[in-house]
Amino acid sequence: MKAYLTRRYMFSASHRLHSDFMSEAENAATYGKCNNPFGHGHNYTLEVTVSGPVDESTGMVCNLMDLDGFVQREILERFDHQNLNTVEEFARTVPTTENLCIVVYDILQRGFRHAHLEKVRFEETMMNSFEYWGENRVIK
Amino acid sequence: MVYLTRKAEFSASHYYHNPEFTAEENQRIFGKCNNPNGHGHNYTLEVTVKGEVDPRSGFVVDLKQLKETMSREVLEALDHRFLNKEVPEFFTRIPTTENLAITIWQRLSPRLQAAHLHRVRVYETPDLFVDFYGEA
Repeated sequence: MKAYLTRRYMFSASHRLHSDFMSEAENAATYGKCNNPFGHGHNYTLEVTVSGPVDESTGMVCNLMDLDGFVQREILERFDHQNLNTVEEFARTVPTTENLCIVVYDILQRGFRHAHLEKVRFEETMMNSFEYWGENRVIK
Repeated sequence: MVYLTRKAEFSASHYYHNPEFTAEENQRIFGKCNNPNGHGHNYTLEVTVKGEVDPRSGFVVDLKQLKETMSREVLEALDHRFLNKEVPEFFTRIPTTENLAITIWQRLSPRLQAAHLHRVRVYETPDLFVDFYGEA
């Protein structure tokens, strides 16, 4: 039987929203306070949802030790307590939470083999959240 | 179509162990959860039903009936129990959050009359939950 497992993680990082494709005035108008050249930070909550048949011998969609280990190694160690603008993944991309969703989804999609990736959801603050289900996917 | 979700809480203990695995395999696969004396969680259950709104009552489902069914079929069986030893489904099935969601679905689904069960969500902790939609 197919089930969906969601795990939440937290990390803290800083960023500055600034696009090289825009003038200074456009950047200021578009990003407002988020365009402050010194950056600012958030406590991000990351939700990863994976799915698959529940293995009869373990009762699991996937072993949490595998998921936690992968997220720790490939995502938290890469982004926690970093300035996102200095991380390779955002060398050419504005580190909005939309783009963070896509970057994290792609890391999981490429490397996590123990269950099917359904979606990545981020809470940037308690008021803002973002989801990415991959391209052309049906939302449950 | 409107979706209605009712929450409930229960506390229970469990441990993970497959008698077909060796002691080393059980330890490697289940880690701390393999402690045979068990450990506990405060679970949060969310039951979502769906249906058309009845034009006379304005309800998708009679919430009182849903609450009673959840209480009778799920909470009385699971709350303050050692799942492996007291709940028949878990005599043979490992009481993971995945299997809890499936078991709760199987207990509720035949007992809900008018409402159509859409999703069972079980939180083991605020940072871990499983959804089951009745999919094979």
